Amino acid sequence: MTTAPRAGGWVIALSFLVAFLLAGVPLPDSLDRFRPDWVAMVLIYWGMALPHRVGIGVGWLVGLLLDVGRGALLGQHALALAAVAYLTGQTYRRIRVVPPWQQAFSILVLLLVEQVLVFWISGVIGYPPRDWWYLAPAVGGMVCWPLLFVILRDVRRYFQVT
Amino acid sequence: MFAVNPSAILRLGLWMALSIVTMTVDHRYHYLDGVRDVLATAFYPLHYLVRLPTDTRNWLTENLATRGALLEENARLREKQIFLNAQLQKLTTLEAENRRLRSLLESAVNTPERVLIAEMLAVDFDPYRHYILLNRGRRHGVYVGQPALDQHGIIGQIVRADPFTSTAILITDSNHALPIQINRTGVRTLALGTGNFQELELPHIPNNEDVKVGDLLVTSGLGGRFPRGYPVGTVTRVEFDPGSPFARIIAKPVAQLDRIREVMLLEQGATESEPAAPAAPAAPQQP
Repeated sequence: MTTAPRAGGWVIALSFLVAFLLAGVPLPDSLDRFRPDWVAMVLIYWGMALPHRVGIGVGWLVGLLLDVGRGALLGQHALALAAVAYLTGQTYRRIRVVPPWQQAFSILVLLLVEQVLVFWISGVIGYPPRDWWYLAPAVGGMVCWPLLFVILRDVRRYFQVT
Repeated sequence: MFAVNPSAILRLGLWMALSIVTMTVDHRYHYLDGVRDVLATAFYPLHYLVRLPTDTRNWLTENLATRGALLEENARLREKQIFLNAQLQKLTTLEAENRRLRSLLESAVNTPERVLIAEMLAVDFDPYRHYILLNRGRRHGVYVGQPALDQHGIIGQIVRADPFTSTAILITDSNHALPIQINRTGVRTLALGTGNFQELELPHIPNNEDVKVGDLLVTSGLGGRFPRGYPVGTVTRVEFDPGSPFARIIAKPVAQLDRIREVMLLEQGATESEPAAPAAPAAPQQP
């Protein structure tokens, strides 16, 4: 589909692995509510930085792994992350030109879409969310975005991932 | 490069359709259990990696504890063992007596249970579903429907057994119902999960029923999943509303569901035979 050079695929894989680890690390309850969805954020980053490499298919696959890791319905996060990857692919030109703290607001919207999709499916199978706290991870993700962006950008430049 | 990409929406549609198919198949027909098994096994090292910091800290505190602290702990444990042994003596005589009486009545004898100890893997699931992941799986003899306890009482049951790990649903999950009995009066009902670790709800108890705050709830053994007589919770709130036919009764689980580390899985030789009674089975049910 593309003839662009491809290098450093292992960096992308490793960043997802770290995101999976961060998603499972135990946190105190008060922070746990705001635990960002690291996997989705890493996906958004790569979708923005390397849209020709990380797209809907990668999003779906990563989401499927997240389903297994979380013990969710197979396909639940896959659907949500495929949608997030699609939206990233459609909007990255507008998002990535602004500084990271401004990007954070767009990221908030993308993460909200993901949360709503995931919980919509949970609701369908009989686990409707009890309160509005289920949107809190998106807020946590927005706060952490500038940090994640700077780290991943430096990693990408250092290892020359293209 | 892809200034306009009409194929993106098409691809999104395809992937979404695929996820809807996998979700339906997973939810309704369980054809994908094999796939999940393979992927879950691949995740196993990851779970251990996540636990590594906590495990290391525990290992260090255990190994670097001072001699004094160890001696103190040892003395405390010995004291506790004597106390428990004394209770156990009483229990053995009671059990023997119970068995004799039951044989006199020609009713089913309680089958002894074996216990498998599993540790919770420190992995956080979706905060709205009370599921925990355990480090014992099918290879160790875990099976779906196996009751799980901690040292205080019932915590839940196994809903999925992978080769090396298993998933348990807690009694406080909003989709879980547990057949129970009030120990003092013998009234049978269900304990429904509320999605809150500290609350169980007891439906269908009439306003004129004798229920007091502090009453102990034990499993009734109906439904065949849980053995009878294990503590479940204590009643914390009883509200009689003259306008509604049933009392509103809230209980608190005796197990510390938000601080689980080790879990005991009961292996039942055979389920106790108990006359069928109008109570729902212990399987997760729709609220």
